[in-house]
Amino acid sequence: MIPELGQIALLLALAAAVIQGTLPLIGAARERADWMALARPAAQAQAVLVALAFVCLTSGFVRNDFSILYVAEHSNTSLPLAYRIAGVWGGHEGSLLLWLVMLCGWMLALARFSRSIPAPVVARILAVMGLIGAGFLLFMLTTSNPFERIVPVPPNGNDLNPLLQDPGMVVHPPMLYMGYVGFSVAFSFAIAALLGGELSAQWARWMRPWTTAAWSFLTLGIMLGSLWAYYVLGWGGWWFWDPVENASFMPWLAGTALIHSLAVTEKRGAFKSWTVLLAIVAFSLSLLGTFIVRSGVLSSVHAFATDPKRGLFILAFLVIVIGGSLLLYAWRAPKVGLGARFEMVSRESMLLVNNVLFVVAMLSVLLGTLYPLLLDALGLGKISVGPPYFDTVFLPLMAPVLFLLGIGPLARWKQSELPALAKRLRWAAGVAFAAVLATALLAGRITLGAGFGVLMSAWIVASIATDLAYRLRPIGPAPVSLWTRIQTLPRPLLGMMLAHIGVAAFAFGVSMVRSYEVERDVRMQIGDTTEVAGYVFTLRGLRNVKGPNYDAVQAVVDVRLNGTPVALMHPEKRNYRVQGTALTDAAIDRNLARDLYVSLGEPVDGGAWIVRVYVKPFVDWIWGGCLLMALGGALAASDRRYRAKHPRDAAAPIDDLTATTTGTRPLEAGA
Amino acid sequence: MKRWHLIAPLVLFVLLAAFLWRGLRLDPRELPSPLVDKPAPAFSLTRLDDASRTIRRDDMLGKVWMLNVWASWCEACRTEHPTLVGFAKTGTVTIVGLNYKDTRPEGLGWLARFGDPYAMSLFDEKGRVGIDFGVYGVPETFVIDKQGVVRFKLIGPLTPELIATKIQPLLKSLGDA
Repeated sequence: MIPELGQIALLLALAAAVIQGTLPLIGAARERADWMALARPAAQAQAVLVALAFVCLTSGFVRNDFSILYVAEHSNTSLPLAYRIAGVWGGHEGSLLLWLVMLCGWMLALARFSRSIPAPVVARILAVMGLIGAGFLLFMLTTSNPFERIVPVPPNGNDLNPLLQDPGMVVHPPMLYMGYVGFSVAFSFAIAALLGGELSAQWARWMRPWTTAAWSFLTLGIMLGSLWAYYVLGWGGWWFWDPVENASFMPWLAGTALIHSLAVTEKRGAFKSWTVLLAIVAFSLSLLGTFIVRSGVLSSVHAFATDPKRGLFILAFLVIVIGGSLLLYAWRAPKVGLGARFEMVSRESMLLVNNVLFVVAMLSVLLGTLYPLLLDALGLGKISVGPPYFDTVFLPLMAPVLFLLGIGPLARWKQSELPALAKRLRWAAGVAFAAVLATALLAGRITLGAGFGVLMSAWIVASIATDLAYRLRPIGPAPVSLWTRIQTLPRPLLGMMLAHIGVAAFAFGVSMVRSYEVERDVRMQIGDTTEVAGYVFTLRGLRNVKGPNYDAVQAVVDVRLNGTPVALMHPEKRNYRVQGTALTDAAIDRNLARDLYVSLGEPVDGGAWIVRVYVKPFVDWIWGGCLLMALGGALAASDRRYRAKHPRDAAAPIDDLTATTTGTRPLEAGA
Repeated sequence: MKRWHLIAPLVLFVLLAAFLWRGLRLDPRELPSPLVDKPAPAFSLTRLDDASRTIRRDDMLGKVWMLNVWASWCEACRTEHPTLVGFAKTGTVTIVGLNYKDTRPEGLGWLARFGDPYAMSLFDEKGRVGIDFGVYGVPETFVIDKQGVVRFKLIGPLTPELIATKIQPLLKSLGDA
């Protein structure tokens, strides 16, 4: 009965979505307030119905209702409850439902926090989101129904893919989807702007917190995915340039360009049509990511079970949504206009370079991801594009981004003087070079990559410190206390600084791991020792462990440094009973300076195992950096002035990236 | 007035969509082998269990046989192995193993532990013959006909499904020919 209830809820949700997607749009065009007012209740109705469907499916998993095909395919009675709940999004149909839940969540938030936005604008935005929801609901109901029954009912389920039975995998998809779907808000704003034919600085201000919030979620989602790959795949890598990873990375790159371009649109009214285009592109790439994962056009370690009919549906959906919005863009963008002019050296020009670099990086990832498909479609043979391509293309593009990141935030809007900038950044440059020297002395050797990474990280941090020290300097004859001065710093500014420090931490972690990691694959018997980077690893014993739904061989590895015990590690090789798949569960001893990483490879003759022993210096800085970026984004998005109700408050530009255009803290007075 | 920059994104997307549409009808997992329908490369290898007995390609002429590339260090071969052992029991075809980049004791130990589906295994210590056969990842399986021509190649583990849908129909047609 419950599955049928969920099914009906989905059908009704489709009806609500169609109403939400059409009437308010017509209302906005004809200036009919009563039709526009339908947007909010329709969105709320859709959200309630989708949530109901989600609860119904979850209940199927909790109750082990194997009469539901989807539950039978992705769960098992011996699966722990937490993973049964995570199993809801462990497959294609359920993850689509999760996608919709996220979309409804964003719609509800938008309906709630949009009181300051004029009714026609809200009506258009919610209508566009309603249409997206309708498309996905239609997709689910026609090709991927999660509530399909199976007769006869199997006695037990097929179990959840063991790779997904992991705490990281429980939270990774929801975060990632929050990010993907969150870009639908920016997309809807952009479409609404094109439809209405206006994009003011005010508009950009409404759009910014939503975009930044979505970007933060996406950052977090990608970070969790990378963390998961690191300890579950057992190779100790953290990024593989796999098509599915790229599918999440491309919207991130476009989104990063978008949040910077939005800053310019808000502060200076420039980059208008560019901002609109980026908003369309960021969400289009999220949809493309869905297509790549679901359609089977690219082979990937992550690919879900694929079905050409689904692929065809998503492609049609892509063509309508992306093609339609780009057509609208080509037609209406001249109305939106370009915006204010600026000089060669100015914050705008730096952000323009930032945007160009991010977009080129995004396009190069897109090309690398789709290249095998392009060649195949043209009948030129089968190839695969791997990390060498991406490393060669991507790193040179990111290097100038890092360098400019140290300068951009200190440059003034409209026009800035190079000599003045250079003067302010002198000591930051000094600190950066000193840091490289210190690293070389401490490590005893330095590579080009590590040198550059340290140089850039120290440069960014020192430049932010310069900026902060300047903004916090005592002013006037009776300066207020430092704490008061810190409190006057706007949240978006602090958020930006935090995120940029995250970039520095990330760059530092990446360059350290790439240059100084030591990896060793050794054959070990009980009692054998191996030394890696000064750490002595001893295989103390092997034992059999019985998990809830798997059997495992667990090794006990003792690690000592100069004779003192450092860690006792327990890597496992698991064999999941139902699906019969083997899985490596690496043991990791973490701290800020290094990770010790031990994973069991294959058993070899005489009770010995191939053991992978890695020492990875500063690898956690990679994820720590991502976390800081996400936190910075959240801090920036949380500024209340973005949601100001009073027109008086809203009229004053928010003092985040700039202290120069507004009067509170003139950066270079007398300009 | 130059409007190209407004239309460029749309044009790019239309191109992309065309490729994606074409891509839907292609299978990325299907790797064509230049060897299919060509004579199998010549080889001369000793048997895994007997270093004094050498087997050449031409010794195999006149019968349909299956070459399965495996190694004791290969995890996927473990997965595939029960299928292969089961298939060998049906006696449908002679299965010859190519023990790839392995050592004799480890290879033999592995067969002793997990069962030996092979009529014999050839010992390719350095992987030279593997290179001639274009081995891309272990396990791989080839079907070679009476004239010594490769008729089928599979990268990755054999499954009962693949045997039923691909291998057996092929063997039937080759047997009649």
